[in-house]
Amino acid sequence: MEKEINIKLKIWRQRGPKEPGQFVNYALDNVPTDISFLEMLDMLNEQLVEKGEEPVVFDNDCREGICGMCSLYINGNPHGPVGSITTCQLHMRKFNDGDTITIEPWRSHAFPVIRDLMVDRTAFDKIQQAGGYVSFNCGGAGDANAIPIPKEAADEAMDSATCIGCGACVAACKNGSAMLFVSAKVSQFALLPQGKVEAARRVRAMVSKMDELGFGNCTNTGACAAQCPKNISLSNIARMNREYMKMKLKD
Amino acid sequence: MAEKIIDSTSIMSKYAVYSDETVDSKIPEGPIAEKWTNFKAHQKLVNPANKRHLDIIVVGTGLAGASAASTLGEMGFNVLNFCIQDSPRRAHSIAAQGGINAAKNYQNDGDSVYRLFYDTVKGGDFRSREANVYRLAEVSNNIIDQCVAQGVPFAREYGGLLANRSFGGAQVSRTFYAKGQTGQQLLLGAYSSLNRQIKKGTVKSFVRREMLDLVVVDGRARGIIVRNLITGELERYAAHAVVVATGGYGRVFFLSTNAMGCNGSVAVQCYKHGAYLSNLCFTQIHPTCIPKHGENQSKLTLMSESLRNDGRIWVPKKKEDAEAIRAGKLRPTQIAEEDRDYYLERRYPAFGNLCPRDIASRAAKERCDAGYGVGTGNAVYLDFSDAINRLGQDVIAARYGNLFQMYEMITNDNPYETPMMIFPASHYTMGGIWVDYELQTSIKGLFAIGEANFSDHGGNRLGASALMQGLADGYFVLPFTMQNYLSDQIKVKHPETDAPEFVEAEKKVRERINRLMNIKGKRSADSIHKELGLIMWNLVGMGRTAESLIEAIDKIDELKKEFDKNLFIPGEADTLNTELEKALRLEDFFTIGRLMAIDALHRNESCGAHFREEYQTPDGEAQRRDDQYMYVSCWKYAGEGEKPILIKEPLKYEAIKVQTRNYKS
Repeated sequence: MEKEINIKLKIWRQRGPKEPGQFVNYALDNVPTDISFLEMLDMLNEQLVEKGEEPVVFDNDCREGICGMCSLYINGNPHGPVGSITTCQLHMRKFNDGDTITIEPWRSHAFPVIRDLMVDRTAFDKIQQAGGYVSFNCGGAGDANAIPIPKEAADEAMDSATCIGCGACVAACKNGSAMLFVSAKVSQFALLPQGKVEAARRVRAMVSKMDELGFGNCTNTGACAAQCPKNISLSNIARMNREYMKMKLKD
Repeated sequence: MAEKIIDSTSIMSKYAVYSDETVDSKIPEGPIAEKWTNFKAHQKLVNPANKRHLDIIVVGTGLAGASAASTLGEMGFNVLNFCIQDSPRRAHSIAAQGGINAAKNYQNDGDSVYRLFYDTVKGGDFRSREANVYRLAEVSNNIIDQCVAQGVPFAREYGGLLANRSFGGAQVSRTFYAKGQTGQQLLLGAYSSLNRQIKKGTVKSFVRREMLDLVVVDGRARGIIVRNLITGELERYAAHAVVVATGGYGRVFFLSTNAMGCNGSVAVQCYKHGAYLSNLCFTQIHPTCIPKHGENQSKLTLMSESLRNDGRIWVPKKKEDAEAIRAGKLRPTQIAEEDRDYYLERRYPAFGNLCPRDIASRAAKERCDAGYGVGTGNAVYLDFSDAINRLGQDVIAARYGNLFQMYEMITNDNPYETPMMIFPASHYTMGGIWVDYELQTSIKGLFAIGEANFSDHGGNRLGASALMQGLADGYFVLPFTMQNYLSDQIKVKHPETDAPEFVEAEKKVRERINRLMNIKGKRSADSIHKELGLIMWNLVGMGRTAESLIEAIDKIDELKKEFDKNLFIPGEADTLNTELEKALRLEDFFTIGRLMAIDALHRNESCGAHFREEYQTPDGEAQRRDDQYMYVSCWKYAGEGEKPILIKEPLKYEAIKVQTRNYKS
């Protein structure tokens, strides 16, 4: 073990969506700096369980930055102070001895708190269900190499498709807008020939679902892209706006 | 002192009962290349009007579960789809990095369906069912077509066609990929098809639900009991058939590359209802993972096998250099070229760094056990300096940039400047629920697909074949074979959830939860799970002996007593309770872990990922005993505390000549 630090934690605890929450303070000593942020929370929970208390609830699963499940607001930043990573990829070496670390859930009208640091993100699924797909049935596809796709388009579509659906963009936005999330999917398909056929229908369906679910408007502050752990670019939003205009003009 | 046990046969009666029963694997007649075509031509179908009267439960939303649920929905069945995460998109298939194999032969390098089939059977060390593997290779090409049509952004060449790379165990380039995030893209593709069906209403999605029991009515799987993870309520769901796509049980080792929620509980539930569990001794220990750093570690992170395309694996040739590196007195870059032992290239010249996973893992362990390990002693180098010099840093960054970043984030080392350190870790379970050719288990109406079944990988899975198998099962196999089962179910009314079997099953689940809640001991589930993991890793890990396995079984039994006596779950059962979730899964890991040890003990040979140290050639290669063990072990539950019953499925190889695996020449 290279180094250990003592830290103070200020964690949001809330029993249920309709119950009031509050910050609770904890002290955690001898935290190895090699461990991840979530392993630090495991340490805290282990100590709480030992004392007979209920552990702090937080979503997590893959712990390698790809499933999009972890979702903590750490010291005022979604996924913590280091850019381009998820909470589970954050390590304690980024903190100092004596630090006080504030941990909150995503805060957004569209993501109600379930308990403590766990929120309900089913609104994201609903948006995808509205149109985030190409309509064809399994078995009907032609040969994969039948339609050449320029490498640049495929690479750009891949960059958009890298979104992990964690919701940091919504949490970071002062309006609680889901534009970056929605535009990443709209862009991926708009860039590929397979997605072009239904482009108009898709953008209309996804945007109207997004509005219906109570996500806020986009005022181009760019906080979403700045805080995105996967560097989803703002140009996706521009592309979605173009797609939306194209759809409107067709109407 | 008793004589050392080498062959366990004489003592197996202490642990298991051997049965003369046989299993019917329902392999269709005909030459291997025609079996699947014949099956499809003659299977029974369900007409469209009847499909909407049939309900199918699919548990799991990974590649296998999501592709099966969406395709069954497209066909017109009513599908109920469950996952433990907050969204179907989070299933752990999402974390697969390297790629997916297919026999497209787009690179014109001599690939074919037969060659993919052959490589997979050989890679599995001749312990998989030939007919299933051939079908897998056959449908592999359809998968790529399907995924491209979904808008999966695979890597492409400048000419606009699909790019490929090589993976272990193959001498062709047949792996399709999307950066180091192939699993993510394929899963999001399947998720998009699933979403289309959810919108249409053919699929109903239930998230944050954990299956806690199977319901069997008159010998047929008819439903499940799930716990709503938010409210804590138990819920009943009924259907004409149940599909489990719940992944592998690699977290029995506690530390693994699996996600925190991955578990083997559904496999155990099916086992206790009569489904056989097969080949549990074959657990893939993946060679390229970031080594363990300390006691608070919760998981190990995989570095994709694709890195072995350009990275060279080595340890110091001289023990004193290795010691100096471990003591921090030398850096790897200070070791001269001639003082490095590229042991895979040395031992396996034909395949070199791209030899199969079981072999690469064992070779790493062999060097570390011999005292040549670096880091903590349990690590070897994966070095990119040659490739960087040859191709330039930009090319390497374009190929592996996200993996290098991931590595640096975890270790604080920059792999462009200093070699990565890697060590094997539990990754994938080749074993699982026994299924026949139609992917049906030994319980009628219960199907198992993807990693949850045992079917296609034999003793060892090749890289980029898990994604292939999951999607093959879900898109192209199960949706057909399921109809063969359902065709005579069309007159069966929607099963009712107030049937006595459902009431009884729910009652049992409730009793089990109450029993765990009422132990009221002192230890968290995780603290016990870590101990179980160590037993499994040390005694049922990369190298086992009859003696280590006997010790493991004893220690597992001891620890289970500690669990029963000293577990503590805070909070209440009838609400969200993450500690209860962990405890339920842990209890089932005891069942799996014990059966893994018994399976490994009974198999007196070395084969694939199962390396019994008693059975090796003078140069340390695995020694198979085909005359004794060319079969799939099928373990049947005999009741709580009773010895499991072993049934064998003999393996016949007709299209392939069985030989000793050779990756040397």
